[in-house]
Amino acid sequence: MRQEHFYALFDALAAGLQGDEILFAGLGAERSDFVRLNQNRVRQAGSVASAGLGLTLIDRGRQADGDCPLSGDADADLAQARALLGRLRERVAHLPEDPYLNFSTEPATSERRLDADLPSTADAIGTLTGLAGGLDLVGIWAAGDVMEGLASSIGHRHWHASRSFNLDWSCYLDRDKAVKASYSGFDWQPDALAHKVNHQRAELYVLGRPERHIEPGRYRAYLAPAALAELMDLLAWGGFGLRDHRTRQTPLLKLATGEQRLSPALTVIEEHKRGLAPGFTDEGFTKPAQVVLIEGGEYRDCLTDARSAKEYGATVNAADEAPESLAIAAGELAADEALRRLDTGILIGNLWYCNWSDRNACRMTGMTRFGTFWVEHGKPVAPLGVMRFDDSLYHLLGDRLEGLTAERELLLAADTYGGRSTDSALLPGALVAGIDLTL
Amino acid sequence: MSLDNLNATADALQGIARRFADAAPGCDYWTLRIVDEEHEGLAVRDDVAEPSSIGASRGAMLTVVVGGGVGYAATADLSAAGLAAAAERALAAADLHARLGLFDARLFPRSSTRAEYQSPEAQPWGQMTLSDKLGVLSEACTRLDLGDRIVERAAWLGHRRVQQLFISSDGAEIAQGFRYVHTGLAATAHIAGQTQTRTGGGADRPGQGGLELLAAAALLEDAERIASEAIALCEAPECPSERMDLMLLPSQMTLQIHESIGHPLELDRILGDERNYAGLSFVTPDMFGTYRYGSSLLNVTFDPTLPGELASYVADDEGTPAKRVHLIRDGILERPLGGELSQRRARLPGSACARAADWDRPPIDRMANINLVPNGEGLDDMVARVERGVLMDTNRSWSIDDSRNKFQFGCQLGRLIENGELKGLVRNPGYRGVSARFWRSLDGVGGPQTCEVRGVQNCGKGEPNQSVYVGHASPPCLFRDVEVFGGGL
Repeated sequence: MRQEHFYALFDALAAGLQGDEILFAGLGAERSDFVRLNQNRVRQAGSVASAGLGLTLIDRGRQADGDCPLSGDADADLAQARALLGRLRERVAHLPEDPYLNFSTEPATSERRLDADLPSTADAIGTLTGLAGGLDLVGIWAAGDVMEGLASSIGHRHWHASRSFNLDWSCYLDRDKAVKASYSGFDWQPDALAHKVNHQRAELYVLGRPERHIEPGRYRAYLAPAALAELMDLLAWGGFGLRDHRTRQTPLLKLATGEQRLSPALTVIEEHKRGLAPGFTDEGFTKPAQVVLIEGGEYRDCLTDARSAKEYGATVNAADEAPESLAIAAGELAADEALRRLDTGILIGNLWYCNWSDRNACRMTGMTRFGTFWVEHGKPVAPLGVMRFDDSLYHLLGDRLEGLTAERELLLAADTYGGRSTDSALLPGALVAGIDLTL
Repeated sequence: MSLDNLNATADALQGIARRFADAAPGCDYWTLRIVDEEHEGLAVRDDVAEPSSIGASRGAMLTVVVGGGVGYAATADLSAAGLAAAAERALAAADLHARLGLFDARLFPRSSTRAEYQSPEAQPWGQMTLSDKLGVLSEACTRLDLGDRIVERAAWLGHRRVQQLFISSDGAEIAQGFRYVHTGLAATAHIAGQTQTRTGGGADRPGQGGLELLAAAALLEDAERIASEAIALCEAPECPSERMDLMLLPSQMTLQIHESIGHPLELDRILGDERNYAGLSFVTPDMFGTYRYGSSLLNVTFDPTLPGELASYVADDEGTPAKRVHLIRDGILERPLGGELSQRRARLPGSACARAADWDRPPIDRMANINLVPNGEGLDDMVARVERGVLMDTNRSWSIDDSRNKFQFGCQLGRLIENGELKGLVRNPGYRGVSARFWRSLDGVGGPQTCEVRGVQNCGKGEPNQSVYVGHASPPCLFRDVEVFGGGL
């Protein structure tokens, strides 16, 4: 759906508001191609064209939310939206006043378009499968347009549209021996893709060596940025939200109270200014450029959505209380020095399926996956079988953190639950003096 | 939704189907799956009603088989022009598949099934007013308030109605209506640096049905117990870390079955489709028919026919009629979870389990209802056979490797078992194991009177990602000599 169609739909809808009613409307739409690959062949090829309208009707301190699909036909969509508004009007009268109702009362506008010159899906898949000839490649191509908009009867008009591609794949040697890569963004360059595939071929060469078996225990390790991303994804689940902190459910409670410390080298920031995700919230608030969550190993600010801001008397600084544009500040360790500094230990390319062992201790578990090698004298010498870790971030990013790399990787989320994600993370690699493997 | 509105929805879907069929694209075979959904969510947190939400969705997934390829296109534009545009996109996708496809499109299953299904519903969702629903939640939330040590309380209630019509160029017409109700309570306590959350009130017992599920959830009656247990867990000792016997209640068996039987048996994992995301499986095609998955007490079925269980249906999203089959019988692995297309690719038997999360996703191999068949023991009888062990209740943490083998799970509540008797609470209980060995240590399966029907609403896999509802029924089970642990740094 185009911007002018969304705004025209909203204007027609808002013209029917009654009394002191206030209306917020959010648009989420995508036009995406998806191609799944297995054995370097196409498993499923298809496309999705979808659009949905979310409405919040506010009247006399009460609010009711609802959503409905949009077809693209202006008359049909207006009828659909009016029907939803009517249902919300009926409901809101039966709802109690909401003490945490909070919305921006200052009209504001913004517009951001991230464009890309995308190849056709057929060309992209042809290029990839050609470059990966002879490899057992499995993965997904997702590309197209994602649009998000916000309009309100107060005068908000926000638009965020991006056209991008996200290629996320792995190449398998045998059973669970594989290396993973991704290539995503706005500037499709076949040479860059070729470089990544060739790098995988080199990794697969080492992966083909006899597997090294190690016993559970504590090992020195280098966590590549993609592995660190898995730890941060889990920490995002309740780690930084104001509500989680005030109700003492955050796994970082002991950090926030000063009972535990993280490494002075660790600074974690929510970088809204990165601009890959919309810069506005559903309630019309504009996100600040950044929120410093952890600075020099000490807890700083929480992510605060509109509802928590009202409940706890804070300022809105996020759409949701989980990071969507996370960054960890770069360290001083040169990436090409990381394995030399590791000397003997484990190179962990990716982690998988992390979850909490004990939130009170910020202790998590998960599995190694993709491109995990035994390293001797700074060189990967053999692949490792998958291993389970169970350790606390107070150790991994605290007393056992030896360094963060100076170079960072920008990782665009490949998630497509409920639509293509606009989340991203900018992360270094991490050298740790020990990680506890348990199984 | 009233009966008139339901009939109007069914008529509307039929109209869309006719509109498409009258101008269907030229191809060897096509299917159209139209999905119409409504949902509503209510919650009260710390005595304040959260913003209530209602929602709707309608769209269609078109599948075409043509020229040796299979293509998919999903659209929310169900006008004749919208469906025609979707057909063009599906044909283009089929052309790509024809040139670079993984399998011969002639393997794609064709359906001429004609069937209807409606969820059981004793008390329709609309029979209770919005105010009355909020009143129940408010009262439950109030009953969770046992003082300052309880730092957060919540009660919720939700409803989802899905009407789906599947048609094919071979004459299939499958109309299915699903109604779901889910409820829940949560209380979080904090005492001296320790935070513990306990859930209940049907939180892991969603099902197909109407408001009778709200009554069965006993929100008001369950509230005080939940809050009390959250407080008691904060003050309980840590679960010991040692090898001991393990008794899992149905509230944890749900997760154990899901992760280390359900997922490993998915045929698309075994075929490698999921290796970039959800993973593969330690199970290989040669194991079916001979592999000892568990002790002789282990019997597991795929059963989408059980009334009221979360993932019951009459046919899957490829149009294959659903029926109950054994996956594991007397401990021996019999068949995988694979829809008709996967069965043909793998040349293995399977089950009618090609399911899509919504109209905008194509079907892939999924669990439906995966149930562990009861044996004959009572819970007390099994406890009496344990010299030293721990009983665990309600999953709170799950992690398993990409082959679905090495797992670690955590529960909300543990209770020591010593010399055949249940003893005190322990907090942060967890256990680790390996699927390929764990089920062989199964030494006790509760009888029918102990079996509970539960389910999960967030089973995720697939690229693009898909989250579906899955049902699991199980009695409590006893496992011998398991690595158990507690919390702490």
